[in-house]
Amino acid sequence: MNTLLNKKKEPIDKLAAAAVGKSLGREALSRMLRSPVAITGGVITGLFVLLAIFAPLIAPKDPFARTLQGEVNLGRGIIPGAQPGFPLGVDDFGRDELSRLLVGAQNTLLVGVLATVIGVAIGIVIGGLAGAFGGWVDTVLMRLVDVMLSVPSLLLAISVAALFAKPSQWTVIIAVSMVGVPIFARLLRGSMLVQRNSDHVLAATSLGVKRGAIVFRHMLPNSLGPVIVQATLTLATAILEAAALSFLGLGDPDPNRAEWGIMLSKGAKQFLDVRPELAYYPAIAIIVVALGFTLLGESLREALDPKNRR
Amino acid sequence: MALLEVRDLTVNFVRRGERPFTAVDGVSFDVEPGQTVGLVGESGCGKSVTSLAIMRLLAKRGNKVSGSVRFEGTDLLRLSDKDMRDRRGRDLGMVFQDPLSSLNPVIPIGLQITEVLERHRGMSRKAASIEAVDLLDKVGIPDPSRRLTEYPHQLSGGMRQRALIAIALACRPRLLIADEPTTALDVTIQAQILALLRELVQDTGTALIMITHDLGVVAGLCDEVNVLYGGKIVERAQRHQLFAEPRHPYTHGLLASIPRLDAGRGEKLIPIRGSVADNIPWDGGCAFAPRCPNALPVCREVSPRLVPDNGGLLRCHNPVRPAVAAGGGTR
Repeated sequence: MNTLLNKKKEPIDKLAAAAVGKSLGREALSRMLRSPVAITGGVITGLFVLLAIFAPLIAPKDPFARTLQGEVNLGRGIIPGAQPGFPLGVDDFGRDELSRLLVGAQNTLLVGVLATVIGVAIGIVIGGLAGAFGGWVDTVLMRLVDVMLSVPSLLLAISVAALFAKPSQWTVIIAVSMVGVPIFARLLRGSMLVQRNSDHVLAATSLGVKRGAIVFRHMLPNSLGPVIVQATLTLATAILEAAALSFLGLGDPDPNRAEWGIMLSKGAKQFLDVRPELAYYPAIAIIVVALGFTLLGESLREALDPKNRR
Repeated sequence: MALLEVRDLTVNFVRRGERPFTAVDGVSFDVEPGQTVGLVGESGCGKSVTSLAIMRLLAKRGNKVSGSVRFEGTDLLRLSDKDMRDRRGRDLGMVFQDPLSSLNPVIPIGLQITEVLERHRGMSRKAASIEAVDLLDKVGIPDPSRRLTEYPHQLSGGMRQRALIAIALACRPRLLIADEPTTALDVTIQAQILALLRELVQDTGTALIMITHDLGVVAGLCDEVNVLYGGKIVERAQRHQLFAEPRHPYTHGLLASIPRLDAGRGEKLIPIRGSVADNIPWDGGCAFAPRCPNALPVCREVSPRLVPDNGGLLRCHNPVRPAVAAGGGTR
């Protein structure tokens, strides 16, 4: 709150810095702090992000060390369960499951965030062009988006992933980001069109403001709200889709890699009868994190919705 | 030479698969420097479309604009888009109806003023900010340097309209078009805003086109008044002339339908019968004929022309006689 007061006292030539959306954001923030849903989502998400960032420090064991490999006998269906030093047991290579889950959080977050960011970036370019120019540019771009939207999202991701000769982490990121592109493009284009016909854009036009400034200063900042909300929601789906791709074997084939989707895939496909926990842990982690992001996104959407403003 | 010469301005709404609709039909008027001209009429009579056509703010698609709009001799309708953009805000300014939606909600007021100053007067942001404080002060906003960093939603309705006026006048345009600037405001604030407009117009010698449906606004502000009906000017007169001796039955009806404080107790308001929807096209007679108390058979057959009358202009076959008008509504 102090910064708020300071801002008002700042000299007028610092005006430019305060250009976009501060007040709207502040208002939304105060509303979110009153909502239990938002706090739940925020805590889950925050915890996940912290775990992901500090995973290498927190992890009790080396996630790649095959410490208990000697006790694993897949042929006779033996994988050691939880025991002192290994609270969640070990995987099929005798590696500490807890450490792998923690390190996996890092990879999962990286994939989710990168895929969303790339999706938003491309979506904003496409939607922004369509919304700013209208006419045939809009028509062409939106038909393209229609085509992308007509393919079920996972199928689209699989087809994109299949385009790459060698599956890797990047295949997954690009494939998942492509799923988000049409959604963001359509969303931004829609709100840009609303802005185009708004009174304040007409007023700006009547003042001779240049077209570039109209688009970037008057239309775009007013249109980004729904896109930002959609991005938080997409983060959850992106994590799920990345997991799905890994589960289907289109992810990084490196067996050393700790990633929730791969862990779930192996757990469910290979030793569900021996050690079902190995499938449960990553599955629960994915669900909780996806839930966290969804709660956060939903409450963000509600907070930013001008209709809810008091 | 007048500052603005509008000649035969016609706007057609052309939609595919629909009959073209003539929203503005051959409107001509002049605005002298420093003069205040009113465009008056009810909703749908074409007054806003006229102003948007002058500013070239109508979308190109679906609107056909013809005629000429000469501003200091140059026809605005024939300028390139770029040249027109250079003129908007610098030579011609506009104030809109709804002060909240006409301001960008995510940008502080100050930036919306400096934007125009930077654009047209090539000022640095710093110089523009200082000028912006001056401008806000001039339109009567208290504590202007603090207001600069505030967002539109933090200002009251009257303040917002003042800010909009400040923005429109930032580059000292020679012509200001005010499109119902007081409609969205409280009556007390309306009076303030009108007083402010009058003062600014007098101080800076800016010409003003006042678009309104409110005859009270006209009485307080305009030198000359054009009454529009169905996209055409039906009567033009000096302010006092218009109020003292309305000649067109429509103008007369508008004046008679205003509640009066000095009316007797229980006296009824005299409305104009029908609605704008009863319009008939001008080419088949007078568009007002279906609603007109004075209508003659000729009114439904021959479209009246705009002819000089009593120092102004009038488009009517059977005008209200001055003696009758002076006695108030008699029907």
